[in-house]
Amino acid sequence: MEPFQSHRGVIATLDRANVDTDQIIPKQFLKSIERTGFGENLFFDWRYGEDGKPNPDFELNQDHFNGASILITRNNFGCGSSREHAVWAVRQYGFKAIIAPWQERDGTHVPAFADIFRNNAVKNGVLTIELTESEVEEIFEMVARFKRLEATIDLEEQRVTLHLDEEISFHFDIDPVVKDHLQRGLDDIALTLEYERDITDFETRHDIQMPGGAPA
Amino acid sequence: MAAQTLFEKIWNRHLVKTMADGTALLYIDRHLVHEVTSPQAFEGLRLTGRTVRRPDLSFATMDHNVPTTEDRLTIRDPISKAQVEALRQNCKEFGITLYDLGSDEQGIVHMIGPELGITVPGLTMVCGDSHTSTHGAFGTLAFGIGTSEVEHVLATQTLRQSRPKTFKVEFTGRLKPGSTSKDMVLKLIGLIGTAGGTGYVIEYCGEAVRGLSMEARMTICNMSIEGGARAGMIAPDENTFEYIASGNRPFAPTGEALERAIAYWKTLPTDPEASFDRTLTIEADTIAPQITWGTSPGMVVDVTGHVPEPDQVPGYSRKDVEQALSYMGLTPGTPMTDIRPDTVFLGSCTNSRMEDLRRAAAIFKGRKKADSVRLIVVPGSQRVRRQAEAEGLDRIFKEAGGEWRYAGCSMCLGMNPDQLKPQERCASTSNRNFEGRQGKGGRTHLVSPEMAAAAAVEGHFVDIRNWS
Repeated sequence: MEPFQSHRGVIATLDRANVDTDQIIPKQFLKSIERTGFGENLFFDWRYGEDGKPNPDFELNQDHFNGASILITRNNFGCGSSREHAVWAVRQYGFKAIIAPWQERDGTHVPAFADIFRNNAVKNGVLTIELTESEVEEIFEMVARFKRLEATIDLEEQRVTLHLDEEISFHFDIDPVVKDHLQRGLDDIALTLEYERDITDFETRHDIQMPGGAPA
Repeated sequence: MAAQTLFEKIWNRHLVKTMADGTALLYIDRHLVHEVTSPQAFEGLRLTGRTVRRPDLSFATMDHNVPTTEDRLTIRDPISKAQVEALRQNCKEFGITLYDLGSDEQGIVHMIGPELGITVPGLTMVCGDSHTSTHGAFGTLAFGIGTSEVEHVLATQTLRQSRPKTFKVEFTGRLKPGSTSKDMVLKLIGLIGTAGGTGYVIEYCGEAVRGLSMEARMTICNMSIEGGARAGMIAPDENTFEYIASGNRPFAPTGEALERAIAYWKTLPTDPEASFDRTLTIEADTIAPQITWGTSPGMVVDVTGHVPEPDQVPGYSRKDVEQALSYMGLTPGTPMTDIRPDTVFLGSCTNSRMEDLRRAAAIFKGRKKADSVRLIVVPGSQRVRRQAEAEGLDRIFKEAGGEWRYAGCSMCLGMNPDQLKPQERCASTSNRNFEGRQGKGGRTHLVSPEMAAAAAVEGHFVDIRNWS
């Protein structure tokens, strides 16, 4: 996996909440046994009309979003199905980072991204960034005002900077484990296999019928 | 030892190692595999020259894209066929047990785990499918993973995980007749929102949960993911043990081994003094039958309710609601019971077990579906299909004018030929009402099996509590 250090690119907006993985990559594209070829079908049902031509009303089809590599959207992005095809599609389309707002509801922190999607993103080198609702709103407004607005995402500094005449930047929090993983572009399986002896030891004392119970 | 929750007991007993950075390396006891999310994982193993560490702990079947019609063994779609062939080949190459299309035990992966005794209490279980949370009904930690993690489990029998938070949801009192466990979980999602459970493992407890059968418990745990939760769990009890001991479950312990196992499983429930990161109490006796009106499972109301005004839905912006209503072709203020489905789908890993089919059949007995409605009944597994036929339920569905199918995911996600047409409206016992989920442009209303059956008979939704 390609390490993620910092990235500068055009920001595109998708002004919808609860974008589910069925919308990100519809069912008919899950039949593939390959890991590639998903980018052209990202957001297929929204993106193309009945005639197969790009739907001019869909945000990402606007010319000024061509080549965008940072997506900003609303809360609970990637909910629903566990399909990693959704992340493959996002990545293969060209997005390296997605920004969405966390929310507060009933006094609790509601994450911006669905759990499985976020995990899948990390495995594919896609950075998911949580900002506050007002910060996300501000970026939406700036993207609407300044066509082809670019941002730089500095993972080490945990900072998103909008390249305006007067730069605006936002700090984001990130799980240090995820940060390290992305920065180094690590292969999880190779890392885990370094603990093979621990796994084998565990298996010798672990009763697979009564896991955690006293061995028979 | 400090008081622990059910989740904590299982988590702690599966920790192979805690890494320097705090990540847990968690041992995985059972891994379920299906055709859609596994081919790239097996391919990854081949590319890196790795193998499957414990082929005896992975179990595969075909469910997502298989046809459910009489001629299902001949898959006409060449891409679906290639995917099914790939699973056959991968299971053969790596020595994994496969319940192939045409096998007596084929079915939706979350149906066959419990049926075959693969699912028992106290396990860690994963599958490349978000509805893996279903198995939590047995007091097991079960959750969905992506394909990279499927490959990780195949290669190492472990997963690298950060520890989720715990969320206790207590259902006090008893359900009133006409309301079901489907309504309990839809009510919960309506309250907390579709991201309200993100980052948590939910434990469902309380009198109403204890009073549920294993099948009804599976329905609740199944939809935990629709509330964003990583997993849902219910402490094992006599219902659990009886389910495991009954029927033909070749992977479950029997005899003395079962007795020992039960003694152990009895130690799993949450200790009285244990604490949760978050708690919520819902009075089960106030839960009415639920119907979704929108394109997110949290867009749900009581059957006595109306399609809402765009600015009156907690947790959704005006724009979210307007988009949903436009897609669904609904006008605010419409009574839910005025909505007329074109199709009624009885099936999916949420509601296609024997109890679901029996309850739906009780409604269809001696009745016909409305002429305007297409009725499709898809048993979740071939085992359920055989049992339903032995009880004569298939005849009731057919005499009511319905189609009686073979096992598979079918119209829950429309990967096979069972799909809605654009703007076709469906009363569905499945789990997701997302845009296009059941077919591009299709409009889904999530309901319980009895609410779906009654809607098929009347041609519009009814309040099952005062319908006869």
